[in-house]
Amino acid sequence: MKNLAKFVFLIMLLPAAALAEGGDDDSTWNNTLKTQFFAGKTIEESDAVIELEAPYRAEDPAIVPVKVTSKMPQGKDKYIKKIWVLVDKNPFPFVGEFEFFPESGKADLAMRVRVNTYSNIRAIAETNDGKLTMSKKFVKASGGCSAPVGADLDEAMKRLGKVKFRLDDGMKPGQPTEAQLMISHPNLTGMQMDQMTRYVRKSHFIDQLKVTFNDKPVLNAKIDIAISADPNFRFYFIPDKPGELKAEFSDISCESPVSRKVCDKGASYSQQYAVTP
Amino acid sequence: MNAASWALPALPVTEAAPGVFVHRSEHHWPDRENHGEIANIGFIVGDDCVAVIDSGGSPQQGIALRQAVKKVTAKPICYVINTHVHPDHIYGNRAFKNKGVRFVGHYKLARAMATRAPHYLSKADELLDIRVSPDNIIPPDLQVKQTMSLNLGNRELVLTAHPAAHTDNDLSVYDKNTDTLWLADLLFLEHIPVIDGSIRGWLKELRRLAQNHYKLVIPGHGPLVKDWPLGSQPHIAYLEQLAGEIRAMLKQGKTLEYAVDHAGLSAKKNWQLFEQFHRKNVTIAFAELEWED
Repeated sequence: MKNLAKFVFLIMLLPAAALAEGGDDDSTWNNTLKTQFFAGKTIEESDAVIELEAPYRAEDPAIVPVKVTSKMPQGKDKYIKKIWVLVDKNPFPFVGEFEFFPESGKADLAMRVRVNTYSNIRAIAETNDGKLTMSKKFVKASGGCSAPVGADLDEAMKRLGKVKFRLDDGMKPGQPTEAQLMISHPNLTGMQMDQMTRYVRKSHFIDQLKVTFNDKPVLNAKIDIAISADPNFRFYFIPDKPGELKAEFSDISCESPVSRKVCDKGASYSQQYAVTP
Repeated sequence: MNAASWALPALPVTEAAPGVFVHRSEHHWPDRENHGEIANIGFIVGDDCVAVIDSGGSPQQGIALRQAVKKVTAKPICYVINTHVHPDHIYGNRAFKNKGVRFVGHYKLARAMATRAPHYLSKADELLDIRVSPDNIIPPDLQVKQTMSLNLGNRELVLTAHPAAHTDNDLSVYDKNTDTLWLADLLFLEHIPVIDGSIRGWLKELRRLAQNHYKLVIPGHGPLVKDWPLGSQPHIAYLEQLAGEIRAMLKQGKTLEYAVDHAGLSAKKNWQLFEQFHRKNVTIAFAELEWED
């Protein structure tokens, strides 16, 4: 009897499992995220303002490269003001809120994110006239031995706070130029199994990032645990004269991985880079 | 334990060296058909007791391995050694939980279990078609910081905790009696090496181990090696090629996305499951090597 019961139970589980694997699913967005982030707003789904690129198969769910490409220049009168990035099916879907300026030159943004399971990733842009446009991609985070945590935690801890900038070789003065900002930080998700360990239980991640060039804003970001360990961003700025590209950021530690109600502010960091166009 | 699980047949094992028993697995992506039972696992028998080395990829495989021990010897199991955190090596742990059995692992194994288990467990039903809970993942009660000797009765096993290589919690087992080194997933043959720790660390460890001679080396995936250090060469060559090509790309300012599509592709002909793991290896290696200067 016991075996029979087990067999029936297995049969009942199968269709559910098959559904869970099946594709493109907007339920979390429609039921929760849209109201949570954009209550009462109209969002046009189109790739006309920004286009999100992401691999269909995430090779390593801990490091999924995603890129937002803007389809319009950052003009004084018309520009992309903000871009939100969300991973629908992550335990904490909010990846980040990125603020751009006319001085950014171009509201392109590349970064690496954690993707917990098969999910839509979406980027929503707000232009300075208040209009919202959304671009999305479906990503299959592969299974097996992969978990969306970093591979070598201690190495990441050792380097914590180290910062690197990399710039395009062919920098043209006054033209939008791509810069890469690399921050060494384990960006702990805080999703450990409590009962098994006395180790770190809290999340510990970078929550605020501000990039300026000669004190003029280039990129402001509010980010969260879905950003991969060793956060890595590529964005644009305009090197109109020699000067200083500066990144300031801070980290935070929260009691729960899925709530931001109880958190302790951590350290602040700052790093400059001399630019000679 | 219900009657059905006792009736499970014993896992087939072969005696690779006197008292050293290995179950060899074929190379598969872990799925609902094979339930993640894809690693080489086994046990070593001393005069007094038995040490199990990796418990299998599912609770059922753990039980079948326990049956295999019982078939070979009446001696009790005294140690379960988990060579690292991956599910194909630890999901059989619960079958061995018993008074007098100690679980042994790298000192970073418990932390790796705690950080990864919630994700592994949440996926097991869907991806592997197995039912597992936190009870199936048993953290080590003996933690190896550098090396540790276990005596099975006229049989000394020397356990070594390695720096980050395949994972950040790799443990190898050396059996002095037969000059056998059980490397588990520190060594892959035929099955593409899977990086989940450090490409630099792994190369360093394998190059160091390749300076020694062992009569027998047991990989976590692939055939037994009787020509060490020759048997280490394909694995080392793969990691060297990958590291070399990625470093060149980093120098040219190439992105991760570019490297994933271009690095190390010519190694494809040498490895099974290349499509499933190579791009992940590039991703992890790139994220490590971009910080090396």
